[in-house]
Amino acid sequence: MLNFLLSRLLSALFVIFGVSCLVFFLIHLVPGDPVEVMLGESSQPADREALRAALGLDQPILVQLLNYFNGLLHFDLGESLHSKRPIVDMLMERIPATATLAAAGLVVAIVIAFPLGIMAAMKKDTAWDSGAMFFSLFGISIPNFWMGPLLILFFSLWLGWLPVSGQSGFSSIILPALTLGTALAAILARMIRATLLEVMGEDYIRTARAKGLSERAVIMNHGLKNAMLPVITLLGLQLGALLGGAMITEIVFSWPGIGQLTIDAINRRDYPVVQACILLISLTYVVVNTLTDLVYAWMDPRIRLGEGK
Amino acid sequence: MMRLWFPAAIFFLWFVLALFGSLFALSPDHIELSRILLPPDANEWFGYDDLGRSLWDRLIVGAQTSFIVSMAVVTISLIIGVSIGSLSAFVGGWFDHMVVRIIDIFLAFPGILLAIALAGLMGPGVDNVVIALCVVGWVGFARLSRAQVMTLKNRDHVQAAIALGAGRTRIIFKHLIPLIAAPLIVEATFAIASVVIAEAGLSFLGLGIQPPTPSWGSMIRDGTRYMLVAPHMVLVPGIALMLVVLSVNLLGDRLRDWLDVRTRDRT
Repeated sequence: MLNFLLSRLLSALFVIFGVSCLVFFLIHLVPGDPVEVMLGESSQPADREALRAALGLDQPILVQLLNYFNGLLHFDLGESLHSKRPIVDMLMERIPATATLAAAGLVVAIVIAFPLGIMAAMKKDTAWDSGAMFFSLFGISIPNFWMGPLLILFFSLWLGWLPVSGQSGFSSIILPALTLGTALAAILARMIRATLLEVMGEDYIRTARAKGLSERAVIMNHGLKNAMLPVITLLGLQLGALLGGAMITEIVFSWPGIGQLTIDAINRRDYPVVQACILLISLTYVVVNTLTDLVYAWMDPRIRLGEGK
Repeated sequence: MMRLWFPAAIFFLWFVLALFGSLFALSPDHIELSRILLPPDANEWFGYDDLGRSLWDRLIVGAQTSFIVSMAVVTISLIIGVSIGSLSAFVGGWFDHMVVRIIDIFLAFPGILLAIALAGLMGPGVDNVVIALCVVGWVGFARLSRAQVMTLKNRDHVQAAIALGAGRTRIIFKHLIPLIAAPLIVEATFAIASVVIAEAGLSFLGLGIQPPTPSWGSMIRDGTRYMLVAPHMVLVPGIALMLVVLSVNLLGDRLRDWLDVRTRDRT
């Protein structure tokens, strides 16, 4: 277990380092002179030089990289070019909104996926099954940026049940959470169905049935419990897609989170803020994935005790 | 029947409209102020947008945009990803180690995030969208082909080819890639669906195809401003987008079942 833990943490550290480097070099992708793009063509040469010096872009690239990592280690991401505020403060303000949205999306996904997946597996090859699977294919095929407007159209504009956008109480999170959670629910339901079907063919299920357990107890206590491992891995992996999807969902519903900050920053050419947002989201993803791996190992004794290797 | 013919028909329609749509006399940019936001009627099935432009014309040009972008991205990503992935598995050693690390780093960017960052920094336009989506897209193919080649490279026929003195390129292209073609085709099909969504997503955010060129994504974005008075502006491009993505996904599912010998024998 210790070896597994160490190797997993080491590779996570490496990925974090690599991601940070890649994000650092992003600003050098801006065509032409990034300073000129940020300030506009009509800017004064003196202003440009001032900004160049402020961003450290006048220094050798290796020095820039070292300064950047030095800042990261001290949680100093520099200042926004637009508002002149420390970027860390701006991120801290936005994190709760994105976290709330992602959590609500996750809840929606789980609430839809489990009944759907279990039902499809139990009633395999019936109309229920194909209906559930068609719904899940539907869910995968509807992009967030269309699902959102569609829900607004029906529930806010036509029925008038829920607010169109913004962040005012519980009712305003329902539509964004549905928008965000549907795709994950679809993928999750398929996975639950597949793993449950696989598990239900095992010997211990036959034993559980033979000792007279109700079908419900067989599924819940013996089937589902053993089908959970791959499902948890998938959840961890898909949380990244959830964070990515949250960006677009935030735009659709004017939800004041990291995604909206990113897109606003891109439109304002506030590149340091863009870099910081990208870094924050991808590092969150790496941390979540590493934690998922560890939870998986902890739950599965075959990995924990090193037999699985 | 439904599961094959319906998606095949939609896919074919998309393909035909994308390739031959320009044979119609289309005027997607023609502004007609007297027709602003007119709903669909018998003459104009899909209605007009906020500038009085025909949604039908814009839909077809949007189909071209999404078709060209997705084919370009998937082809380029496939070539780059498979070359890197299979070479990496075949050569092994420190090179393979390095490639795996690089793949890990790219996979750490969730979903469309890296494409948003790249497109946002490089600036909008078709070529930048294609570049941004390829940077994201090659990784899946590289990972898949690497894993496949890993399991195949010790097969007898490969060892025989090595013993006969065949070069690396020859072995990879003649003896390995043909064997991994089936899973790659399935992966490529699903990749088309996700690229169609990603292109539309970038255009929805204003980071993709630039106006006045129509893209389904930017059409949806324009439509969201007029949802109460002209819901058709959101519904028309959205339904088209969803039908295409759904069809490609369904075809991918069918293809996977069909190419997977184990499930084919059972049915």
